[in-house]
Amino acid sequence: MNSSTLIGGHKAGLNTTMRTDKWWIGPLLSLSILTGFLIYATWALIQGDHYWVADTGQGFGGYLSPFFSPVLLVDPSVPGAVPESHAWFGTFPSWWPSFIPASPAVLILMFPAMFRFTCYYYRKTYYRAFTGTPPGCSVGALPQKNYRGETRFLLVQNLHRYALYFAIIFVVILSYDAVQAFFRDGKFGVGVGSIILTLNAIFLACYTFGCHSFRHLIGGSTNKFSCSAARYTAWKGCTKLNEKHMNWAWTSLFWVAGSDVYVRLVSSGVITDYNTWG
Amino acid sequence: MLDVSEIKTIEHDVVVIGAGGAGLRAAIEASSRGLNTGIVCKSLLGKAHTVMAEGGMAAALGNVDSRDNWKVHFRDTIRGSKFLASWRMAELHAKNAPARVRELEAWGAVFDRTKDGRINQRNFGGHRYPRLAHVGDRTGLELIRTLQDHGIHQGIQVHMECKVLNLLTDADGAISGVLCLWRETGRFMLIRCKAVIMATGGGGKCWKITSNSWEYTGDGAAIAYDVGAELMDLEFTQFHPTGMVWPPSVRGTLVTEGVRGEGGILLNSEGERFMFRYIPERFASETADTIEEADAWLTDDKNNRRPPELLTRDVVARAILAEVKAGRGSPHGGAFLDIANRRDPAFIKKKLPSMYHQFKELAEVDITKQAMEVGPTLHYFMGGIRVDADTQETAVPGLFACGECAAGLHGANRLGGNSLSDLLVFGHLAGSGAADYIEGRRGDKAAEFNPEVVAKHVRAATSILNRESGPNPYLVHDKLQLAMQENAGIVRTGEQLKEAIAQLTALQPEVDQVKADGASQYNAGWHEALDLSSMMITSLAVAKAALMREESRGAHTRLDFEGERAEWGNANVVTKKGSDGEMIVQREERPAPPPELEAIARATIEELESGTVG
Amino acid sequence: MSKRTFRIWRGNAEGGDFQTYEQESSEGMVVLDVIHGIQAEQANDMAVRWNCKAGKCGSCSVEINGKPKLACMTRMNMYAEDEVITVQPMKAFPVIKDLVTDVSWNYEQNKRIKPLQPGKPEADGDYRMAQEDIDRNQEFRKCIECYLCQDVCHILRDHGKTDVFVGPRFMHRLADLAMHPLDTRDRVPEIVEEFGSGYCNITRCCTDVCPEHINITDNAIIPLKERVVDRYYDPIAMLGRKLFGGGKSSENTD
Repeated sequence: MNSSTLIGGHKAGLNTTMRTDKWWIGPLLSLSILTGFLIYATWALIQGDHYWVADTGQGFGGYLSPFFSPVLLVDPSVPGAVPESHAWFGTFPSWWPSFIPASPAVLILMFPAMFRFTCYYYRKTYYRAFTGTPPGCSVGALPQKNYRGETRFLLVQNLHRYALYFAIIFVVILSYDAVQAFFRDGKFGVGVGSIILTLNAIFLACYTFGCHSFRHLIGGSTNKFSCSAARYTAWKGCTKLNEKHMNWAWTSLFWVAGSDVYVRLVSSGVITDYNTWG
Repeated sequence: MLDVSEIKTIEHDVVVIGAGGAGLRAAIEASSRGLNTGIVCKSLLGKAHTVMAEGGMAAALGNVDSRDNWKVHFRDTIRGSKFLASWRMAELHAKNAPARVRELEAWGAVFDRTKDGRINQRNFGGHRYPRLAHVGDRTGLELIRTLQDHGIHQGIQVHMECKVLNLLTDADGAISGVLCLWRETGRFMLIRCKAVIMATGGGGKCWKITSNSWEYTGDGAAIAYDVGAELMDLEFTQFHPTGMVWPPSVRGTLVTEGVRGEGGILLNSEGERFMFRYIPERFASETADTIEEADAWLTDDKNNRRPPELLTRDVVARAILAEVKAGRGSPHGGAFLDIANRRDPAFIKKKLPSMYHQFKELAEVDITKQAMEVGPTLHYFMGGIRVDADTQETAVPGLFACGECAAGLHGANRLGGNSLSDLLVFGHLAGSGAADYIEGRRGDKAAEFNPEVVAKHVRAATSILNRESGPNPYLVHDKLQLAMQENAGIVRTGEQLKEAIAQLTALQPEVDQVKADGASQYNAGWHEALDLSSMMITSLAVAKAALMREESRGAHTRLDFEGERAEWGNANVVTKKGSDGEMIVQREERPAPPPELEAIARATIEELESGTVG
Repeated sequence: MSKRTFRIWRGNAEGGDFQTYEQESSEGMVVLDVIHGIQAEQANDMAVRWNCKAGKCGSCSVEINGKPKLACMTRMNMYAEDEVITVQPMKAFPVIKDLVTDVSWNYEQNKRIKPLQPGKPEADGDYRMAQEDIDRNQEFRKCIECYLCQDVCHILRDHGKTDVFVGPRFMHRLADLAMHPLDTRDRVPEIVEEFGSGYCNITRCCTDVCPEHINITDNAIIPLKERVVDRYYDPIAMLGRKLFGGGKSSENTD
């Protein structure tokens, strides 16, 4: 008998399996997509430009990239930045350290990042794709001396509920951005960008309100649904979204990155936004 | 000579053989009386055939129809049994079932609910009112899991994957021990005990087409018979009308009666709803005779009579067989069971999830879109070990029996849903019966058995492994199944039954010389060979009893003696082992029924409901 | 009818190896049928557990081409005619012989879980539970205890943490009890401390292999983890309990 073969004909060690299907496609795809997303998001964050599209930049309306919303502080001198009036707290202060990019995304991106990092769906994905615990079902896990799961370091995952509270705030803000995208200088209209940003808010809402923590808070924590018809209805609705949590997780991730790409390309003049404002 | 003292020996007050619903309930009862209780079972705990019971457990809770009470349940049971059930057992069953079901709920069972939050009940063949407490179509699983989860906290010791070979008795003929074989290791074990409760189920594996799994080899009946217990009513073998017929590998697997209870109908190859042509006189007044009325019953079961698909199992099984014989069967030799055109897919998936699952995965049939193909399958033994109604004690002191392996409650035909409640009611009574026996009559006498007898039994078992050569146990089993399938099936003739007996007798030398290859550890061939002797006794007893009963009643249909005969209306066939080891089969008249019970059973439903009777 | 090639692991705790068998398979057959054919015709003493042969008892759990499955519910037509079908015993449990493993550890875990402790019934002796309150429990109670989820769970399978984690089957048993409308026990502390809910990193293989399609991850384990968060990791919820009382089994008192 081969030394790495166990009783029962099983094999030991990372990625060992008797499976004959292409189990590695899933984790490999997740690995590539998540890495690609991280690289792009970091690059966009450091760039800190071309996240805003508006004809004159005056009055209500314009496209704002979701990576940069809400704009708390702004450096108006950057190309494609929002005007100072659109930033909640004005411009970056003079003492802002030079090693941190003066990009509005720096201030806010950690919240959605934390929401996704602690998400029960993404956890599965990156545990499989990045840490090999396990790489796939009935595929050998990364050998560890003392597997701890989510009991030690990863107790941090319990913060998901707080990340959710922020995520809900972001859904509100991005919905406001979507409304804003239908206006230009206070004038109503429709552009490709308005549709993209609207879908972005919808997908994000579906992802957020199908969250396992939300499902727990809205109704799952009770043992007597019969005591509150409203909670039960809400829980059932949330459950419907939750069943497709994976789909919403990926759709909203792609869309949010795509939205940034679109705004960036329009803002930097690479492409033209088809719209009714002319 | 073999040294018996080297066999590991343990002690229990009570040993329960079998870990299905009856065995677990009996063990819980015995243990609650402070007795050291052990369970011995051939499979893992929780795998017994009780999990296959789908429809529900009958108990006159009256949650859905408040007109229901124990008397109506009792009357249904007696009539379903063709007046051959034990009057006292049917009474105890109908009276005790509600309490047994309620107690399950406190132990964690989660039944489907009515609108007002009580246990929901469904309609079933032969039951006048919606009476079956159920959980979708997996009620048996709920029952066994509930008893299992409750039982493990009662200090009951469970010996899993352990096969009982023989019962041991003391000089007075009372139970004193059990000889078992650990399937896992191939080692023997002796249990010194004061009482044994048999709860081994039936013997479906004597037939080719059966809903039963490998375990159901008639062990309880055969082992009890061997130490002197009497068997009764074995000619009544229930063929469930709806087993799967395709693919061949799952032929016989059960399709719950719940499909019909929820509105499913039976059609022949011409699309005719043929059951209307098979309504027996006795049920004519309570059965719908038009499609309109049968369909109206689905939404209003108070003002319409029941559809003929819900007639008792013997009637429906014979009707399907007759249609197939007349050339109107489905492509694979059954009838069509259609619920797809009767209920919407969501309803079907909610009410019959495991049927949906079973057909989807095993036959690639979507029952929300297509009709199922079904045909009769050997399902249940109404007969078994003869017991006292109140204590469940057999003719052997200290030996008790309950559940399918005991006889009495179901007479000539069992109603669907009465088996799960049977397990609970009589499991409970057997547990207390055994406890009473130990605390009272038995006294403090030590449990002694004869080592020579043990040695003889052990040698008989090991010789199967040790002999040089012999027939393959699997092929011997095939022959036995064929003999029974062809000659002791759903309809029988005297000629066929004699043929079955001749074939079985001719097979005996092969059974005696069977050879299992390999070592004793978890040896499937050896286990198969060991079960053969139980199956031989059971099959012979069934065939002989069926030959003796010269009439057709309930599940026993003799083509050469059609119809019920008055001279058999109050008699049982009893089988026991003679002093020379020969099988004695005899007819026994039943005592007259208690008048008040007989009045209830014979009353019309109107009389019963108006309170003029009972 | 066609000949199919099977590689079945034969042996016991001391050792063993794959044996190759050629066996007839006909239309509609499942893997267990072919194994039975091999057993009857070629290897009488081969050990395989089975009972109901209809996916209802959960006895015939094995690994087929590396995937934990019920042999009775795995149809032969899932595999190409010329595909070699490899059958092994479950990896997470000690092998007894051939395809049979020692699953007694699972029974010990079940014993550690305290049984239901219902409150008092209504005056008429019946309990009242609404159907919507027990839908969740009924999903968990479909479990047939095949232990495929235990087998595939890497915590037990690869890391062998049988001392600290009860495995998915018993996480959802705990969820059944924790969500039971009648139960009066406070189960949250033991779910974390005794049964190790924190060890699960929700990689949801248990849900993937469940033959009863119980959504163990989303409907049992994650809701339990959320109840644990309520108790130990949510300062606002903790403050709320301090201010407004509640606490012990708040789930059953609201």
